[in-house]
Amino acid sequence: MEEKKDKFLKPENEVRQVEAPDGSIIKIDPLKDYYSQEKPEPYKVKEGPVENFLNWARAESLWVLGFGTGCGSIEIPPLVTPRFDMYRYGVQMRATPRQSNVFVVSGYLSVKTLKRVIRTYEQMPSPKYVIALGSCTINGGMYWDSYNTINRLDHFLPVDVYIAGCMPRPEALLAGFGKLKELIKEGKGHKANEYAENFEWYKENQKKIIKDWNMPDYNW
Amino acid sequence: MQNAINNLIKKFGASDAIEKKPGLTFITVEQEKAISAVTYLRDMEGYTVLTLLTAVDWIEDGIFQLTYLVNNPELISEIGVRVMIDREKAEMESAHDLWPNVQVYQRELKEMYGINFPGSPRIDENFLLEGWDDKPPYRRDFDTKEYAEKTYFPRPGRESNDPAEYMKKKMYPNNPSDYTNKKYNPNR
Repeated sequence: MEEKKDKFLKPENEVRQVEAPDGSIIKIDPLKDYYSQEKPEPYKVKEGPVENFLNWARAESLWVLGFGTGCGSIEIPPLVTPRFDMYRYGVQMRATPRQSNVFVVSGYLSVKTLKRVIRTYEQMPSPKYVIALGSCTINGGMYWDSYNTINRLDHFLPVDVYIAGCMPRPEALLAGFGKLKELIKEGKGHKANEYAENFEWYKENQKKIIKDWNMPDYNW
Repeated sequence: MQNAINNLIKKFGASDAIEKKPGLTFITVEQEKAISAVTYLRDMEGYTVLTLLTAVDWIEDGIFQLTYLVNNPELISEIGVRVMIDREKAEMESAHDLWPNVQVYQRELKEMYGINFPGSPRIDENFLLEGWDDKPPYRRDFDTKEYAEKTYFPRPGRESNDPAEYMKKKMYPNNPSDYTNKKYNPNR
């Protein structure tokens, strides 16, 4: 966290003096001392058939995080049912960010949700992909002039595939997964690298919106 | 219900009783007597359920209107007790000891309208917004469009053309008035 006074900083995150068991007084900055300070590192892309093989393997193993942010999350349950059945394309749901690599941002994002989304995205293992569902993630959609919903997702997270519509049908979502597979096979699925390389820019945008930050800059 | 309304007028100086429909009446009480009036309705007249507490911003008159909507489950009737409070000094007595659920409404009003209810539990905590440091967003002098454009990186829109004007310019670039003068000639 910066040195300047943050008026939304919670008491448990404030810098404080603590007496250690041996009697010495130590200074503790919870956000710096309790979390890793390392920035994300870009993945070094391999070349030739090795990378092609890896991309093929990545494209065939898409694990979607079960995190619905807006009204679009109602389009995800039908995909697991026999009618649409996304398992036949090798796309499956997982419950936690550590086990998944596709983030479907389904619909509008309030500032409060954006904070959780960023945190969740950063916990996902790389290579990871973001599918932005619905027009709200593109330009704000019907909430474009709301005081509490963001307009453009690509200022906060790198987006692989946009699916336009309000709401897109489950078929559109399946098409989006197909497009994502194509992109990965072409070797264009390294958006997590973009996030790591432009880390400062993304953080600056995120912190401009999320005033009640209260978390480390990058948390694994 | 008419009995309760008459008693409110007699005992608390209530005024402006408006019957919106059978079983729903609104009545205005002064700010100092409002909490005693709803307490009276709850304890003596059987209006035991608080349906909602909400606010209206009458910015032209410089007041906030609070409405305590109380319900009598036996008579199936509702009374809305309206209270006008000053917009500049937006503060109202808390009613959290009458109904526990009212503290949620009061927290919401504090955050969205900036109306303070001193003594209400958790009144200063965040309710829906996190880290809000601007004007309370439901006040009518808060311009939500301006705020969104200033804050949320709006995507620049597409350029669009009026089809008639566009074709006029395209077909008659030198003299657009030709468009109206020229008669249709298939051999031209």
